[in-house]
This record gives sequence, C-alpha cells and structure tokens, in this order.
Amino acid sequence: MLSFISKRLLVALLVCLTVSALSFGLMFVSGDPAIAIAGSGGRAEDAEAIRQAYGFDRPLIVQYLDWIGSALTGNLGQSIYFNVPVTEIIGNRAGVTLTLGFISFLVALVIAVPLGVAAALRPNGWIDRIALVIAVSGQAIPSFWLGLMAIVVFGVWYGWVPISGADTWQGYILPVIVLSYYAIPELMRITRSGMIDVLATDYVRAARAKGLPMHLVISRHALRNAVLPLVSLAAVQLGQLLSGSIVIESVFALNGLGRLAWESLLRSDLPVVQAIILILSLLYVVLTTLADILNAVLDPRLRGGS
Amino acid sequence: MTEMMLDIRNLKVSIPTERGTLNAVRGVDLQIARGETLCLVGESGCGKSLTATSIMGLLPRYARVTTDRFDMAGQDLTGKTAAKLAKLRGRDVAMIFQDPTSALNPTLTIGRQLTEGVMRHEKLSRSAAEARAIEMLDRVGIANPAARLTQYPHGFSGGQRQRIMIASALMGRPKLLIADEPTTALDVTIQAQILTLLGELQADLGLSLLLITHDLGVVAAIATDVAVMYAGRIAERAPARDLFAAPQHPYTKGLLAAIPVPGVTPRGSALPAIPGRVPGLIGTMQGCAFRDRCAIAAPECANDPVPRIEAGQGRFVECTKAEVTA
Repeated sequence: MLSFISKRLLVALLVCLTVSALSFGLMFVSGDPAIAIAGSGGRAEDAEAIRQAYGFDRPLIVQYLDWIGSALTGNLGQSIYFNVPVTEIIGNRAGVTLTLGFISFLVALVIAVPLGVAAALRPNGWIDRIALVIAVSGQAIPSFWLGLMAIVVFGVWYGWVPISGADTWQGYILPVIVLSYYAIPELMRITRSGMIDVLATDYVRAARAKGLPMHLVISRHALRNAVLPLVSLAAVQLGQLLSGSIVIESVFALNGLGRLAWESLLRSDLPVVQAIILILSLLYVVLTTLADILNAVLDPRLRGGS
Repeated sequence: MTEMMLDIRNLKVSIPTERGTLNAVRGVDLQIARGETLCLVGESGCGKSLTATSIMGLLPRYARVTTDRFDMAGQDLTGKTAAKLAKLRGRDVAMIFQDPTSALNPTLTIGRQLTEGVMRHEKLSRSAAEARAIEMLDRVGIANPAARLTQYPHGFSGGQRQRIMIASALMGRPKLLIADEPTTALDVTIQAQILTLLGELQADLGLSLLLITHDLGVVAAIATDVAVMYAGRIAERAPARDLFAAPQHPYTKGLLAAIPVPGVTPRGSALPAIPGRVPGLIGTMQGCAFRDRCAIAAPECANDPVPRIEAGQGRFVECTKAEVTA
C-alpha cells in the first residue's frame, strides 16, 4: 500500500510540473505579452519598457524558474489590471465557488447514489423510470435555462429566495439546486450500471447463499465493488464543481472563480488567468490522486503486490 | 426408512421472456437421503443449474417456481414464503459455485467472507467464528490457515479458491450441500483433488450432496445416485452403478456411448454423437422431449404423459419404449 501511494504521488508530482509548464506557456501563446499589455495604441518604446518592467526580456527558462519559484512560496504575481497580488484577488473570489461546489457535490452524491442503487435493484421498476427521467432531463436541460426559470419562479413569483448574489445563505439555494441537478445524472447512471453488474456476480449470489440479509449483501458485498468507477467519476465532477461554472455564476450573479476567469480573459489579465489555470489543474491532480488512493483502499487488487 | 434431506416433487420453473414463457424446469422430482450423493447430469441448458438455484431460492424475482412438495433438511417448505427458505441458507443448506474466482468477493478478506455468515446466524464472536474458519480451512487442505484469513482472494490459486468456497459452505455445518459444477472451471488434476475432498467431507460429516455436472467422469468418481436431466425433466434416475452398467433411457445410452474408452474406442474414429439439438423450451411441449433425436422413437412417443417406469429401488426411467430396450 505504501509503495502504491508513493508511486502515485510521484506520478502526481510529474503531472504538476507539466501542468505548471503549460500554464506558464499560456502567457506566450497569444503573442508577445508586452505588446498585448501596451494595448493597440502603445508605441514600441512602451512595449520595451513593459518588457523590462515585467522581465519578459529574460530567457524563457529563467522566467519560468522565477515564476515557479515564487509560485512555490505562494506568490503568483501581480494582476496587471488591478495591480494587486493575484492571490489576493483569487482569495476574495474562491470562497463563493468552493462553498457552492462542495455543497452541490454533497447534495448530488446524497441524491444520486441511493437513487442509482434503488434503480439497479429493480431495473425497469418505477424508481428506475423516475431516475431515468431525472437523468435525461438533467442532461438535456441547459443549466442557464433551468437557472433563469428557477429565478423567475422561486425568486420573482414566489419570492422565497433572493434572485441574485450570495450575501445570505438563502442565496445559495437555487445555485446549489441547479448545479447539483447538472451533476446528478452521470453519478446516478454510473452507480446504477455498476450496481447492476455487481448484483449479477457470483459473489453476490454466494453472499445470499450464506444467508446474509439483503441489506448486508448490498452494503457490504455489492456497493463496495460498484462504487469503484463512481469514485473516479466523482473526483472529476468535484473538480468541475469546484472550478466554478461561468454560466451558473453569471446567471445568479455570484462573484466566484468562474466569473473571475472569464473577466480576466476579457481584460487580458494574464497573470490571473495563468494562476487560476494552475490552481484548478493542481486541484484536479490532487482529486484524481485521492480517488486512486481511495480506490486502492476499497479494492486490494489495485494496490499491486499483496 | 432413511431420512430424506431433500424431497422435492414436481418442481417447475418458468421464466417469462419476450418470445413467450420459457418452461425451463418442467416437473422435476428429486430425493436425496442423508449421506447420499446425487449427481444431476445433463447438457447445457437442460435446467440443471436452475433446479439447483431454485432449491436455494436464489433465482431472480421474475422466475416463477412451483412445487407439489418441498421438504428440505427436515423442514416442510411446501408453499412457504421465500423468507422461510432464506432462514435455511448458510445454516442447514449451503451452496458452492462453478467459478470460485468470481464467487469470492475480491474486496473482502477470506476471513471476513468465511465468518460473516455464522457470526450472524449463530451470534458467534469474531474470535469464535475465526477459530471455526481456521478449522474449516485446515480441513479443506489450506496450509497455514490462521495466517491466510487476512488475505484477499486474488492471493490464492483457482483450486485453493474452490477449497475456500467449500470451507465457507461448511461454516454453518450444513446438512445438505449443493454444488453447481464445482470442478468445471478447474484444471483436470485439481478437479480430481476437489472431488476427492468433497467425497471425504461427505463421508466424515454425513453430508447430503447434490452435485450438478455435465461430466460423467465426475459422476463415476463420486455419485451414489444419478439423475439424468433432459429438457427440464428427469429422463432417468438410478443408483450410479446400475446406470453405468445398464442405462435404460436412449438419451442416457447416447451420453455413455459418447465417452471415449482408452483401448476400446478405435483411434482416429469419430465418437458416436447424439444427432439433432435440444428442443426449445418456450411454450408447452407434448410427449417425450427427446423423441426427435431418438433412434427408437415411435408414434406413441408423442403422447402425454410419458410413462414413468419404476425399475427397482431408487430407479425409474421416463420412456415409452424403455421396457422394449431393457
């Protein structure tokens, strides 16, 4: 187990290095950043001054090492637009996105997993049919439309919840519903198909032949094997939810990371974009690594050796 | 009179399908006395596994099972609910499966899988249950059993896994053990070891054994009695020795003729085969199911019911022409 974890961490570290190089490279893909900052009316001297001020005149490798070195100490540079540290800007915006993401993820899991299990126990039964309707509509209805409809109905007509912003906890209710509704279908379908496969296995039959009651057969023998693919999917979904949805944050006027990334792109505030991409990529690396370790805890065959 | 561990009369299993009702088991009678080994023989699709699975009450919900009489391990289960049958599982009746690799849960330790049944049924403490697990593993020939309780199934070979499955089945000290093709997935040398083990355990523990197989070699090695199943019915039932010496049913004769005998069957010659195919079992069937493939079929074979001819203690054959061919 220890060797599995250390191997997995080593791989994660290599991915982190690659990701950091890629997000550093983003600064240069759209051309000379100095000219971009100088703007369309900028003169060659301005660009040259900017080049020196930001250190763009140094060799790339030096710039990269400088950038990664400061990133490691928690310094992700200055926002070109606001002229304040990038970490400060992101810190101000991350709270909303993280709160929304985590709550939506938990709500989605709590609904999707039991529903998927119940659907698998009686395929084509009434629970399965309801679950199918939820899954199909969740995947087919665009979240911006659902969000707007929810605002109109519950915010404007009934006035139960605020129509925008996240100043109070009520402001999170609609975004959480819309975001988790978006996450539920995939989680539920993978739980259902995993459970159906596992329930047909000989070891589930053997567990029943031992005289174990059905709830133990399901919880101890079936679910543990059925959740393995779910864990991997859930890690990716949590990554998506935590990285902030531009659509949801725009519809509900939440100042989260998704909107920040969008705004920064429009403002050509490249250090902010770069930092967001770096942080979110690292988040994915951490989540998938955790998912792999969790799967190895659940399934001894994945640990290698014995 | 000997005590019957299983007495089942007119067992019918039907499964609704899109093309109509599949009558997979069409009136099977099985009796197994204490300490007896009954082999249920037949080709794939004849309903032998469904018979075994329905006795355990492990068929899917959509399968319909009826019996005229169902006595098992001294309890009358005729017309009783599934819950009553569930109470016998893992205690008086246990089952082992064809493929030990898929019958052990890959994510739980051997110790957990062996002990979970009895810890529930007999309210044994973990240490008491583990002590019994060690005893059973030792009995089925797993070396160093105490150390192996914490291991997972993938650390064992196929033969060892089937031994573990047998140990697991024995944990509840069953009276009747149902083995569904327990050696089919194993190497030939391992097959012999597992059969020997089953025979020993059966003699030591006074187990009644219902062994499902399509391998007549297995039958010859272990059976006291044989029931030959064809298209959802028992075509012939006889003590093993009598069956091999003088098969009565044309299907049994065909099966036995298809086994090559070293030194007798000429090298390079084609083995005799039974012509034709197993009939489809959807819908109802008139007369003898085997008559289309039978060399001695006569017009009266299409009549219902096919007569059952009793031929001595524990022996019967369902064939209109059986007396003629005897």
